[in-house]
Amino acid sequence: MHGTTEQTGVLQRTGAGQVAEVRRRRPGRFRRQNLLWALLFIGPTAVGLAVFYIWPALRTFYFSFTTWGAFGNYEWSGLANYQELLKDSEVRTAFVNTFWFTILGLLGIPISLVLAAMLSRRGRKGVSAYRTLMFLPVVTMPAAVAIIWRWLYSGDYGIINFLLAKIGIQGTYWLSNPQTALPAVAAVGIWSTIGYNMVILMAGLQAIPGFYYEAAALDGAGPVRQFLSVTIPLLSPTLFFVTVLSVIGSLQTFDLVYVMIGRTNPALPQTRTVVYLFYQKAFIENDRGYAAAIAFALLVVIIIVTAFQFRLQRRWVHYE
Amino acid sequence: MSETAAALSRVKPRAGSVAAHTLLVAAALVLAGPFVWEFLTSFKSLTEVAQVPPTILPQEWLGSNYTAVFQALPFGIMFFNTTVNALARTGAQLLLCSMAAFGFARINFPGRKILFALFLSVLLVPSQLLVIPQYEIIQSLGMLNRLPALFLPGMFSAFGTFLLRQFFLSLPAELEEAARLDGANPWRIYWSIMLPLARPGLMALGILTLLWSWNDLLWPLIVTTDTRKTTLSVGLASLQGQYATNYPVLMAGSLIATLPVIIAFILMQKQVIEGIAFTGSKA
Repeated sequence: MHGTTEQTGVLQRTGAGQVAEVRRRRPGRFRRQNLLWALLFIGPTAVGLAVFYIWPALRTFYFSFTTWGAFGNYEWSGLANYQELLKDSEVRTAFVNTFWFTILGLLGIPISLVLAAMLSRRGRKGVSAYRTLMFLPVVTMPAAVAIIWRWLYSGDYGIINFLLAKIGIQGTYWLSNPQTALPAVAAVGIWSTIGYNMVILMAGLQAIPGFYYEAAALDGAGPVRQFLSVTIPLLSPTLFFVTVLSVIGSLQTFDLVYVMIGRTNPALPQTRTVVYLFYQKAFIENDRGYAAAIAFALLVVIIIVTAFQFRLQRRWVHYE
Repeated sequence: MSETAAALSRVKPRAGSVAAHTLLVAAALVLAGPFVWEFLTSFKSLTEVAQVPPTILPQEWLGSNYTAVFQALPFGIMFFNTTVNALARTGAQLLLCSMAAFGFARINFPGRKILFALFLSVLLVPSQLLVIPQYEIIQSLGMLNRLPALFLPGMFSAFGTFLLRQFFLSLPAELEEAARLDGANPWRIYWSIMLPLARPGLMALGILTLLWSWNDLLWPLIVTTDTRKTTLSVGLASLQGQYATNYPVLMAGSLIATLPVIIAFILMQKQVIEGIAFTGSKA
């Protein structure tokens, strides 16, 4: 899409004709000059990424084949961590919990879509006010979100249980009840991303040309029919983007669980996610080799799930 | 939006409007209501929040929860740390990412494709995979519990480079032609021509980075154990450790920690929302 021809960039910097001439005469010097400029522009970030991202990723991979002692010493242990990992019920539970967070997290997308569609309607009053209010959770730090919701969920004096009692429903200790803790945290996850997805989807809705709706209306399609046959297919690339992001984000759930479910909470085993377990192994138990293996297992899962989504997109995503 | 919506509104009569607003108000209440409750609770006494039925407005507006927050933790210093962290990461990323992005978009050099592919591969790696060795690097530099530890790795971003490269590629090359003919070198072209044009992209990246760094929890949790060296996110987590169920104090702490971002958002909501939508369309 983006032309590569104009990207010859610096080569043309003294004007096309002249450059061509220079190039013919001294190609070597020119390449070297470009390389120097590239070094200047890209060098700092390249070094930073190499030191703080690429090297660490490789090193974590190496660590995943080591076993750590009590004093930060470690030795090569081959596939031992991975073998252990497959048998470890704690790890399995963490992956299952993460899986549920991911599935439940997806429920936020239809909600965001409905809100986005409603706010995108012409003549809708107060769009900017609604959008601002709905976006507030997105800009709030997860640690604060978690604390606010602990208060709302509080078993004794929480507003949620009070409101439920008013309509005759007996609430529970949402966050320490092993049966409700995971959905309760997942609901907060949804709550804090609805605004984000909504804004992205609204941008996608704006890009749909009006004549599709006119044509559908002429064919006698009502609003629901139009939504299903025009909006959804034409918005599908954006929906796909939002879905992929939501899944990748949910697979890495940490902050909310860390702050909402304390270390002594009886529901911790039912809510502990993979990243939480990783943090616990790496920085509390100092079992870094094992933690590294957990992180790699998660990476593999992320890659598989994302690749799967890209495969699946052929079935439902329409690109014009 | 206009044409789409025009077609929509032609189909659906006004009657739906009331229903729509009812639903939108309900959604706004669920999404923004908790902040109102946070605000009100932060001024109530511990005995007041234990009343059934709960009071809506505080019987007496107490400031003591706020003083308790500052007594429990060096919140002022954490505030400073968080600000420095966010500004350093954002400033560095805006400069370094835009430079690298310009390099990839406008300079033709051998190995560009391979290098760019390497940058892209960094995008795929989740942060947990990096933190153990990152921690080791910070430790070996003797920077644990020191301010630069908070922002050092976060100054570099493959995402930012990618985002801005896409933006630079969408700018027509003719814009720089005149400068080239005048003999401007690539740095001048980058600094005086491309950067001003890249404003929307820079804005989007800046807002995202500010937000992300302000709110980040895992990294500061790992590299700082000293409460005077850490950020508000970690501070809130440890405030919770001290005031397990003293919700008025916890609400006061949460409010202080988030208020700057919320105010900044309300003041710049147009840019923030456009920035977010922008990354959605580019990434």
